[in-house]
Amino acid sequence: MNKIKFTIDGKECFAEPGQTIMEAAKANGVYIPALCRYEGLKPAGSCRVCTVRVGRGHMAACTQPVAEGMVVENIVPDLEDMRKSLIEMLFVEGNHLCPTCQKSGNCELQALAYRYQMLVPRFPYQFPVRQVEPVGPHLLLEQNRCIQCLRCVRGVKTTDGKAVFGSVKRSGKKKIAFDRDLAAGLSADAAKKAMDQCPVGALLKKEIGFMVPIGKRKFDQKPIGSEFEDKRS
Amino acid sequence: MDRGAGWFKLMGTPKSAGTKLLSVSGDCARPGVYEVAFGLKVQDLLKMAGGLDAQAVQVGGPSGTCISRGQFERKLCFEDLPTGGSVIVIGPQRDLFEAIHNFMDFFIEESCGWCVPCRAGNILLKKKLEKITSGKGTAKDLQEIESWGKTIKAMSRCGLGQTSPNPILTTLQNFREMYEAKVRNDKDFISEFDLAAAVKAASSLTGQKLTEAHHE
Ligand code: SF4
Ligand code: SF4
Repeated sequence: MNKIKFTIDGKECFAEPGQTIMEAAKANGVYIPALCRYEGLKPAGSCRVCTVRVGRGHMAACTQPVAEGMVVENIVPDLEDMRKSLIEMLFVEGNHLCPTCQKSGNCELQALAYRYQMLVPRFPYQFPVRQVEPVGPHLLLEQNRCIQCLRCVRGVKTTDGKAVFGSVKRSGKKKIAFDRDLAAGLSADAAKKAMDQCPVGALLKKEIGFMVPIGKRKFDQKPIGSEFEDKRS
Repeated sequence: MDRGAGWFKLMGTPKSAGTKLLSVSGDCARPGVYEVAFGLKVQDLLKMAGGLDAQAVQVGGPSGTCISRGQFERKLCFEDLPTGGSVIVIGPQRDLFEAIHNFMDFFIEESCGWCVPCRAGNILLKKKLEKITSGKGTAKDLQEIESWGKTIKAMSRCGLGQTSPNPILTTLQNFREMYEAKVRNDKDFISEFDLAAAVKAASSLTGQKLTEAHHE
C-alpha cells in the first residue's frame, strides 16, 4: 500500500492509510503534546491538548486521520498558548496542590505545566468542593485532581471485560463514578495498573504513595516529550 | 413546487436562492414565523414584525450574531447574516448584558462536559463577564475575555463550544461602547478574589462579620 505524504511544521512525514495525525507523528519522531491519549486505548479526544491546525481548521491529532498532502501546524506560538491555557483551565477547575500529591513528578498534567512554563494560571481558581472516595479495597479516587480524561473509563475493566468506571452528569458537574461491586473485585495488580494509567493523582493505589521519592520520579529525570524532542535539538 | 426551480431561484440572492422561514421572537408586536426571500434587510423584517425600536437583534440564535441598530441595513442571507431561522428582537427596555448572560447560562447548561475548553472554559468566560458587569473589570479584562473566547472556539470538540463564546464575542465587536462604559479606566487590575465571600463559611461558624475595611 502506498504511504501518505504530509507535513508537520514543514517536516516531511509519511503515514500509513488510516493512521491518525498523532500516530503518524509518533512514527515520524514528532512530539504532539497530549493528555487524555494513552497507548493501547481508543482515543477520546477529550482534553484537546493535541489540537493541531490544518489550513484554518483546528482538529484533535489523536482522532483525525491523516490525508494526503495535509499541511499540519503543531508547535506554533498561538496554538501552543491555547494548549497552555487548556492546562491552566484544568488546574483551576480542580484542586491541585502538587507539593502534597503522591503523583508529583509522575504526573502528566504537572509535566505539561512545566513544559509550558506555567507560573500562575491566567484563570481564577474555582476551588470546587470535591470528595475522596474509596474504590474497592486497593484504590482511592481523588476527585479533586480528576481531569476527566476518561482513561479509567476506557481502560479499567474486570477480568470478564466489564467497565468499572463511567462518567456521570454534565457540564461543570461531570465526574467519574464507578460500580461498587465491580470495584470490590479489582485485584491489587489491576489497581496498580489503573493508577499508572491515570495521568494525574486522581486514582491512587493504596499503600505505595511515596515508594519512589520525589526527585527520582519519571518527569524529575526528563521533561515530558523529551523522548522525541531531545533528538531534534 | 409546480412553478419549478427557475421561479424559486428568482427570489433571494446569488448564493442564497429562494425563500427562508424565519422564526421571529422577542420584543416585537407581531412575533411569529415569516416566509421571506433571502436577502431581506433586518430593518424590513423589523418593520413587518413591529419591532423597529429594537436596540439589538440576535440573528441565528444564541450561537449566532448580535447586531446593533447601526447594522440593521444588513441582509439575512449566507453572504451576510446567515441564520438557521431564529431571529430574536431585543427591545430598548432590556439590559443587553442580561441577555448575554442568559445565553452563556444556556451554553453552560447544554455543554456535555466531554472536552476541557467547553466544560471549563465557558464557566470561566461567564465569570469574567460577571466581573465586568459588576464594575470590577478593566481594559485588560476585555482583552482577556476576547482571547479566552477565541481559544474555546478553536479548541472545542463540537459545534457547541465552537460557537458558545459568540454572544460575548459578537457583542464585544458590535457593542464595544457598552463594555467600555462598564470597565474602570482608573485601575490596571482589580482582583476577582472576594475575601468576604471566601471566608463566609468560616465566618458564619465563628459568628464573625468581615467588613470591607478588612481587605481594602
Ligand atoms: S495531580 Fe498532578 S497537577 Fe494535580 S496535584 Fe497531583 S501532581 Fe499536581
Ligand atoms: S480518575 Fe484519572 S484516569 Fe480517570 S478520568 Fe480522572 S484523571 Fe482520568
